[in-house]
Amino acid sequence: MSTLEIRSLRKAFGAVEILKGIDISLEKGGFLVLVGPSGCGKSTLLNTIAGLESITSGEIKIGDRVVNDLHPSKRDIAMVFQSYALYPNMSVSENIAFGMEMRGVPKPERDKAVVAVAKTLQMEHLLTRRPSQLSGGQRQRVAMGRALVRQPQVFLFDEPLSNLDAKLRVDMRVEIKRLHQQTKTTTVYVTHDQVEAMTLATKIAVLKDGELQQVGSPYEIYNSPSNLFVADFMGSPSMNLLEGKVTKTNGEKQIVIDRQGHAPIVLPAPASADIGRLGDGAKIILGIRPEAVNDDESVDRNARSVARFDAKVEIIEPAGPDTYVVTHAAGKELTARMRAETPVQVGENHTFTLNLDKAVLFDPQTTRRL
Amino acid sequence: MSAADALLAAPSREPGRQSNVTRVVIYGLLIVFAIIYLLPLLVMVMTSLKPLPEITGGNMFYLPQHPTFEPWAKAWGTACVGLTCSGLKVYVWNSVKMVIPSVLISSLLGALNGYVLTKWRFPGHKLVFGMMLFACFIPFQSVLIPMATILGQLGAIGQSLQDALGTSLGFGNPTVNLVLIHVVYGLGFTTLFFRNYYETFPNELIRAAQMDGASFFQIFRRILLPNSAPIFIVTVIYQFTNIWNDFLFGSTFAAGDAAPMTVALYNIVNTSTGVIEYNLNMAAAIIAAAPTLIVYVIAGRYFVRGLMAGAVKG
Repeated sequence: MSTLEIRSLRKAFGAVEILKGIDISLEKGGFLVLVGPSGCGKSTLLNTIAGLESITSGEIKIGDRVVNDLHPSKRDIAMVFQSYALYPNMSVSENIAFGMEMRGVPKPERDKAVVAVAKTLQMEHLLTRRPSQLSGGQRQRVAMGRALVRQPQVFLFDEPLSNLDAKLRVDMRVEIKRLHQQTKTTTVYVTHDQVEAMTLATKIAVLKDGELQQVGSPYEIYNSPSNLFVADFMGSPSMNLLEGKVTKTNGEKQIVIDRQGHAPIVLPAPASADIGRLGDGAKIILGIRPEAVNDDESVDRNARSVARFDAKVEIIEPAGPDTYVVTHAAGKELTARMRAETPVQVGENHTFTLNLDKAVLFDPQTTRRL
Repeated sequence: MSAADALLAAPSREPGRQSNVTRVVIYGLLIVFAIIYLLPLLVMVMTSLKPLPEITGGNMFYLPQHPTFEPWAKAWGTACVGLTCSGLKVYVWNSVKMVIPSVLISSLLGALNGYVLTKWRFPGHKLVFGMMLFACFIPFQSVLIPMATILGQLGAIGQSLQDALGTSLGFGNPTVNLVLIHVVYGLGFTTLFFRNYYETFPNELIRAAQMDGASFFQIFRRILLPNSAPIFIVTVIYQFTNIWNDFLFGSTFAAGDAAPMTVALYNIVNTSTGVIEYNLNMAAAIIAAAPTLIVYVIAGRYFVRGLMAGAVKG
């Protein structure tokens, strides 16, 4: 049974449509991450779920209630804001208890709930402090406590980690994941950081210009992006996208990627793609992630279909565990991930290996995956 | 020492000497201006402490030879304002009764306006704010006659209430009238102050309170007001000074026993019979100015802080 269901939701400010018909459903206990570039409408979508912004048409269902016209406080949700939005004039415990106070919960009960939440988040020693006396991570914790104490059906997070420094961000990410595993509360989380999306989500929704590009598990989004945008947006470094065409040799269809001044790369069609209806000479785009571009030494031993080609190494980026090697193919940069010890030299030729099990094909016209 | 040496030596010596010279000039100027501003006050205080013969016979910069508080006592308790001779104390009380409600009501309404104009925006909010701003530019004099008409009608209502119920419920009472005028007139300024302050107040706090289930007024009272101390102090100082010092409305709409202190001071100073009692006039003027002075001394540092708060974020 799904806890959150959004059906053909539209939101327009005047003549400008921000959300153009969104359909998502999220099962109980799921963790949905809304991800997309800035201005794609992900925060607006979250605000409409929260009830902070009205919707133009469509339906939002939380549990088994349609909440379209319900006040935010009546939707059985709790939200963590980007700036944490702690009330500066109240102590931590007053901040956490404010919602209960507004709902008329008696004081002894409130105190008990505050202490319980403080224990869960390990911040009992902070309860009497003011928000201005807390560090960024502690404020984040209090904001989460304020949401937690309501025991809502759905948690909403609006880019909660974007104000923290890199190290703290990783710590808090783990904390959020642990919290979710503990409480099993259905969660909707907005971020523009695709690492957060991949690590936290049970379901990712990629948005662009107010339209859903793809909804699926992190694995699906990463390995079978439904179009070029998703392929390019998710993953860092992003997926290599090479222009090529289909040719028929000996009755078998192959992919040919032309290279100026070099022998073209010829490869069998990836198993994932259906190119049966493509004729001879049809243009395609080959998508392959950097970790599927290696050399013979570091290629996946279990790969069923590989292709090799020689190319000149242009840039080497040692990243610690791996080394990224950048070369050129079909007029585009091609990034390969190699083992850190790989003996490569800038300016020299190197044999690259493509793991075609992991490759996908796109139609350049429709930008959709084949 | 050659010219080159002097040039080389100059940088190490220059900063200290330069800053000393600058400092002397700055402090000199500050002292001169302080004297210019303080001299009248000094003369006022000295004159108020002198017996009358010492003033008419002597130089106004001489220190009092036989200091006396008698002019102060007279100004406070027995000086004649028009035909009644009970000093300023009645009129100071009139002013207090007028100033405190006016300041509080106009500040609170201004805060409420600022809250709505920034956090509960409605179509046309810019126009409404523009018109409220325009109220700040309307000269006092131009509203006198329409104001008199309205107050006249309120007075008529008060009269009929008096006849019917035995009480006018404050309609037509001169002090109530002045409070009304000052609230209406001050609203433009207080709205401007609070709107600009709340403009930088984070919207997410309002949203968080909404999610917590706080109502319109609960958000105002529990979230916004407790975080408005700096701008509240600015508004109170500004309104207090303006309303306390108002002469035009006071003299037009509250004559006789209901007159505020500024009008009474004018009447004391302008008595055309007998000798002009400078010491009495000076004492009365200082009494009249004292409250605004006290407010500035107590809350002055917040004034500067509050004025800056809207201008610079952080």
